Amino acid sequence: MSEKFKMKAEKVNFFYGKQRALKNIDLGIYPNMVTAIIGPSGCGKSTFIRLLNRMNELIPGTVLTGKIILDGQDIFSSCVDSVVIRRRVGMVFQKPNPFPKTIFENIAYGLEVNGIKDRQFIEERVTESLKKAALWEEAKDRLHESALKLSGGQQQRLCIARCLAVEPEVLLFDEPCASLDPISTGKIEELIMGLKKDYTIVIVTHNMQQAARVSDYTAFFLLGDMVEFDKTQAIFTAPKDKKTEAYITGRFG
Amino acid sequence: MKRTTEQKLGFAFLFLCISVTLAFLFAIICFIAAKGLRVISWEFLTRPPCNAMTAGGVAPAIVGTLYLSLIAIAFALPLGIACAIYLCEYSPKGFVVNIIRMSINNLAGVPSVVFGLFGLAVFVKFFKFGVSMLAGGLSLGLLALPVIISAAQEALLAVPHSTREASLALGATQWQTIKRIVLPAALPGILTGVILSIGRVAGETAPILFTAAAFYLKGYPKSVFSEVMALPYHIYALMTEGVHPERQTEIAYGCSLILLFLVLLVSFAAILIRQRQRSRQHV
Amino acid sequence: MVNFKERVYKWLFTILAFSSLVFLAGIIIVLLSESLPIFSKVSVFKFLFGKSWYPTYEPAEFGILPLILASLWVSAGAMAVCVPLGVGSALYLNEIASYRQKAVLKPLIEVLASVPSIVYGFFGMVILAPFLQGFFHIPIGLCALSASLILGIMATPTVCSIADDALSYVPNSFREASFAVGADRWQTLTRVVIPAAGSGISTAVILGMSRAIGETMTVLMVAGGAAVIPGSFFDPVRPMTAAIAAEMGEAPVGGDHYHALFAIALALFAVTFIFNIIAEMISRRFRIKLGLSG
Repeated sequence: MSEKFKMKAEKVNFFYGKQRALKNIDLGIYPNMVTAIIGPSGCGKSTFIRLLNRMNELIPGTVLTGKIILDGQDIFSSCVDSVVIRRRVGMVFQKPNPFPKTIFENIAYGLEVNGIKDRQFIEERVTESLKKAALWEEAKDRLHESALKLSGGQQQRLCIARCLAVEPEVLLFDEPCASLDPISTGKIEELIMGLKKDYTIVIVTHNMQQAARVSDYTAFFLLGDMVEFDKTQAIFTAPKDKKTEAYITGRFG
Repeated sequence: MKRTTEQKLGFAFLFLCISVTLAFLFAIICFIAAKGLRVISWEFLTRPPCNAMTAGGVAPAIVGTLYLSLIAIAFALPLGIACAIYLCEYSPKGFVVNIIRMSINNLAGVPSVVFGLFGLAVFVKFFKFGVSMLAGGLSLGLLALPVIISAAQEALLAVPHSTREASLALGATQWQTIKRIVLPAALPGILTGVILSIGRVAGETAPILFTAAAFYLKGYPKSVFSEVMALPYHIYALMTEGVHPERQTEIAYGCSLILLFLVLLVSFAAILIRQRQRSRQHV
Repeated sequence: MVNFKERVYKWLFTILAFSSLVFLAGIIIVLLSESLPIFSKVSVFKFLFGKSWYPTYEPAEFGILPLILASLWVSAGAMAVCVPLGVGSALYLNEIASYRQKAVLKPLIEVLASVPSIVYGFFGMVILAPFLQGFFHIPIGLCALSASLILGIMATPTVCSIADDALSYVPNSFREASFAVGADRWQTLTRVVIPAAGSGISTAVILGMSRAIGETMTVLMVAGGAAVIPGSFFDPVRPMTAAIAAEMGEAPVGGDHYHALFAIALALFAVTFIFNIIAEMISRRFRIKLGLSG
């Protein structure tokens, strides 16, 4: 098994009951790169990204065929614990979802549920994560205030910090800026580009310009099919498939 | 022209409905308050009765009511929360769940006197607790169980799904998510349910008629196996037993006022908590 | 290791959740086993339709028709009070009350719904009954009419609450569509909203009726206590719940009277059980009809 991919989807089909949402997806995620997944609403991009950390299991009545491979191992095999996968593959959601706790407790949570009790270690890790998420300056004097008092953009960065605290290897972003204003969006895009040197990143976005700005590789999904996958620059300047071209020139979606 | 008259009449009728409803309810409360206040005194609230129930106070009945409520809640709360957790977190859909839901709904509709008979046959006779605080408290607990399950369910469902997802995505297990995130967030709602059921349970008479309550008791209950006096039963007994109807009616007014006050206070508190929690969520 | 703990918790909660089913089944079993002995003395038919309830006489007679009719009579009377008042109040709250009015009135009604039944019974006994006695010049104020009135007032907040919830489930788009074709508020209310909420309101009525039939202390203190078939609203009556509550204290355990009282409770339970199931079915169809998740 070639290790050039950090994660790989092999012949992945996914069904919501009888309805097929993903058709024979073969996709490789390069390590320490940002891979963007673009496509119109309903094309399956959110469904796909949720397979990468086994969040799809939470929905009853779904069926998956094919493999999702992380560092050479099928993450859905029966000897693999989903809890472990989710520590290694973190996720930031479309709408910021901080816990109704303090900023500190939000970030410490991931460490606590993984058995870490050393108070000093936790404090150091919280500080580190906030710095990596570019939230330290704004949060350092409010660590023990409720996280819900932060603005939308700050909350999303908090969610990113919360993710980083458990030291994942892969970061999944599911339309992270969809509910944010342009300035917060800019900050988060900057953050994502900075994070890629330490993490492998997959980002789902319906904003093509964002994909063009931020990513190294782009996959175009349409109605459950992966139509094209290539270096971002190639996709946006010389797409091979007519449908890709139609999408990026705005003819639909 | 005819249309607007029809509307005016219609709306006037509806206004009448709600006015009459509120008027009746307030009338009842005011009557009881007016006559009951005459009897309330520090002695009334803190001393046991004497002179064949015609003098002294009703303190043992107040204490008995509190004890019974405590036992009922101690029984129903853990069971009720566990049930709600199962319904909301572990098994939201399916045939088995529907059966459990139906059982809860039907338990909620069982007449209170049936709980009393069940308590008589099971707790008093079968388990041989005898007519006791324990038997009465457990019977009341059964009555309170659906109330707590309902409130706990509502509270758990109010926690947004995205919060649970965030926890699971960090590598927490389902139980960790429930214990550390969902339950703490649902606590105010659960508290509301507990408070409401205390109010409900304190006012119930039928379940304790044959399982716990007594009229002529000398003092305070000695253990969970002794009989107790309770406010609702005391009112009933004052009006149907005893030989001094006028004096006893006055005392019954006093007891009614105390009971009314307790129950309304408790309901009011629960509703306040619920309002505050709802407005906080919209921040 | 972690997986094992998780499964233990899941099983623990599953077992505890079944407790409600266990208790319900337990109630049914207890009622059945404690009432079955009486049916060796008197047939089910004679029990349910016999006109004489003389459990303490020699020989004892165990016909509960007077009790059943008393329950139905009083409940019907109560419904005549609480349905118009309750539904009318709910309509007012939903359609006419301003936001601020509703914010005060709805919690108020909910609080008033928690007044204990013994307080209603007491009020009925010491104030309402003497009043009716004087007003109508009847021999005794403790009768079916008093019981119906008090029970009706007692059930009104409950009916109001449930009906109000049903009305608020009707989507605003229904109302808007009606206004858009030129209907006024009253027409929209009577022709669109109430029919749409019809099942929900029926549920409220059925649950109100179930509560009325199952109510004990109020009827015990106000209905009069005569176990005879009611001829008019001014007759004292003894509904099923009152019979159980009043007589259980004196019935020797294990005797015929004891078993007969349990049999009454069984009948009572069956009636309220059926009502609840009907209400449940209607309410489920109601939600499906409106397009809400079941």
